[in-house]
Amino acid sequence: MKYSPFSQEAALGLLASLREEKGPVLMALQLMQSEFGYVDKACVELIANFFNKSRADVHGVLTFYHDLRTMPPTEHQISLCVAEACQAVGARELELAVKNKFGDEVQNAYCFGNCALGPAVMVDGKLIGRASLEKISAARL
Amino acid sequence: MKVFVPGDSAAISVGADDVAAAITKIDSSIEIIRNGSRGALWLETLVEVETPSGRIAYGPVTVQDVSSLFEADFLHGGSHALSLGKTDEISWLANQDRVTFARVGIIDPLSLDAYCAHGGLLGLRKALELSSQALIDEVTDSGLRGRGGAAFPAGIKWRTAAQATSDQKYICCNADEGDSGTFADRMLIEGDPFTLIEGMTIAAIAVGATEGIVYLRSEYPYAIAILQKAIDIARADSWLGKSVLGSAHSFDIQIRVGAGSYVCGEETAMLESIEGKRGVVRAKPPLPAIEGLFGKPTIINNVLTLATVPMILAEGAAVYKARGVGRSLGTQVFQLAGNIARGGIVETAFGITLKELINTYGGGTLTGRPLRAVQIGGPLGAYFSTAQFETSMDYESLIAAGGMLGHGGIVVFDDTVDLAVQAKFAMEFCAIESCGKCTPCRIGSTRGAETIDLIIQGVRVYENKRLLLDLCEVMTDGSLCAMGGLTPMPVKSAMINFSSDFTGAAR
Ligand SMILES: Cc1cc2nc3c(=O)[nH]c(=O)nc-3n(C[C@H](O)[C@H](O)[C@H](O)COP(=O)(O)O)c2cc1C
Ligand code: SF4
Repeated sequence: MKYSPFSQEAALGLLASLREEKGPVLMALQLMQSEFGYVDKACVELIANFFNKSRADVHGVLTFYHDLRTMPPTEHQISLCVAEACQAVGARELELAVKNKFGDEVQNAYCFGNCALGPAVMVDGKLIGRASLEKISAARL
Repeated sequence: MKVFVPGDSAAISVGADDVAAAITKIDSSIEIIRNGSRGALWLETLVEVETPSGRIAYGPVTVQDVSSLFEADFLHGGSHALSLGKTDEISWLANQDRVTFARVGIIDPLSLDAYCAHGGLLGLRKALELSSQALIDEVTDSGLRGRGGAAFPAGIKWRTAAQATSDQKYICCNADEGDSGTFADRMLIEGDPFTLIEGMTIAAIAVGATEGIVYLRSEYPYAIAILQKAIDIARADSWLGKSVLGSAHSFDIQIRVGAGSYVCGEETAMLESIEGKRGVVRAKPPLPAIEGLFGKPTIINNVLTLATVPMILAEGAAVYKARGVGRSLGTQVFQLAGNIARGGIVETAFGITLKELINTYGGGTLTGRPLRAVQIGGPLGAYFSTAQFETSMDYESLIAAGGMLGHGGIVVFDDTVDLAVQAKFAMEFCAIESCGKCTPCRIGSTRGAETIDLIIQGVRVYENKRLLLDLCEVMTDGSLCAMGGLTPMPVKSAMINFSSDFTGAAR
């Protein structure tokens, strides 16, 4: 996936689009991540100042949500559902194989709503049903 | 020439986009409609062709089958190894009672014309003629209970919010659908988003709300995109906006996307999250219907609850509540998931047996191995054994059987499952997803996972089982919300119904 390089100016420009929103902190963090691929540590202070919150408020939100990350992502992102419905069709075994092959690119997820066609995996934003190592490798290209 | 190829993300996950592209490549004059899924997910990609005698289905179609479909003249319903006959006559679909899902899979989800041609907006027009009181009475009278899990009567919640006085009220739709094994909210949003918008608009009129928010999980990017388009269309059509369908009511809807937190499906954590904060559960009272989002009266309902309201108004409460059993009235959208041969959506009146759902509809396990366990109601729901297959699927019977219906997800496991491992996962999931407010939930879950591990390893099995039961009691009694309060349900049901997995002996 393609992201813009992080810069304070770009970040401030984006935050301006949320000026009218009620309760903007989580949205602001999500916006940073969708634009830059991650939430740069400088964003905490930027967001706090921009919306008149404390840095602790922003840090608290940043560390609560599993989606938000503070390091740039790997080139490919593989999210693997490891919840019950996918466990029932071999997600535990698939998890081992996929992590063994793709390492840092892989993160666990809990449900993509594809529970009748599991194991379910999201590869670079694309949902794969009845996933296997082969299908994941093919989708990753 | 019209061909239907589902644009539902489950269908796309097994190649629907490629099938659609392959059809267009062979004959670009064919009009391809990306309908929602019919819900028979094991038949995806289910391709349908419109013929003078009705829609004819083929499935499961893969991209490799497309050229042979053309050779078989599928455009005129020609026979092929994947022929399923008329879609409406496929017994798996024909035997269902589709109410909430009446249009899903049938229409183009983003065509307002198709929506109205299939009964769309009738409920909202009816609502605009009624007084708030009469409207809420109709919803109360239908017996509709919340489909998100807690099963609270929708009409009573609405009445509370209607009676609150405030300059601003909100309708929040809970589309966080965090339970593994559930996908009905997603399929409704992807397959018939206008129904949800209509239901939310009716709720707004009933209580005098002007703003609606759909809290949609980030794991559903396809649903987010479709719903946003539908909202834009409804706005352009002057259905949403300053004057709802020319009336004096103003109402608009915004989507807020979740950020990967299960507990944010709990209604007060969801409010915190929409307010942009950590998703920490609030104590009740105050009830959200009185003091909810930004301190204002707020109705929080699940997608299916809201999406059922238009039909109740269009056809009348009496028609809806004629279905079902006891205090479980109307239909339930069951979701068959996990290790199941014929998984998908089964909407039918409450009161069907578990056996009928799993055997008659589901066709047993996908692997063909013996079925061993079924988890009903998501990660906080109980594990049942085949000995409980005669259980009637309604709210009260499931509680009596030691479980709960939750959001209606049913996850099937074959005989390779180890219920001690599943119980350990339930505790681990609670540890990962706990909001952290209560000690029994935040710390007890970790201790619980460790204790189950000891049992699995055969360490002081008897003592550790007693300790685990004691811990479960503390979690049940000492947790503010159902995250910590119900995590003991899968754990204890596994211990009771599958005691042989908790002996410490290697299986
Ligand atoms: C941990 C937890 C997670 C929940 N997740 C959801 C969810 O994903 N979707 C949902 O509609 N309700 C969920 N609920 C239930 C909500 O708190 C609430 O009861 C429901 O949204 C109310 O709508 P309803 O009355 O229409 O069901 C959850 C509850 C708990 C305790
Ligand atoms: S039970 Fe768990 S999730 Fe619920 S309020 Fe307490 S700590 Fe939070």
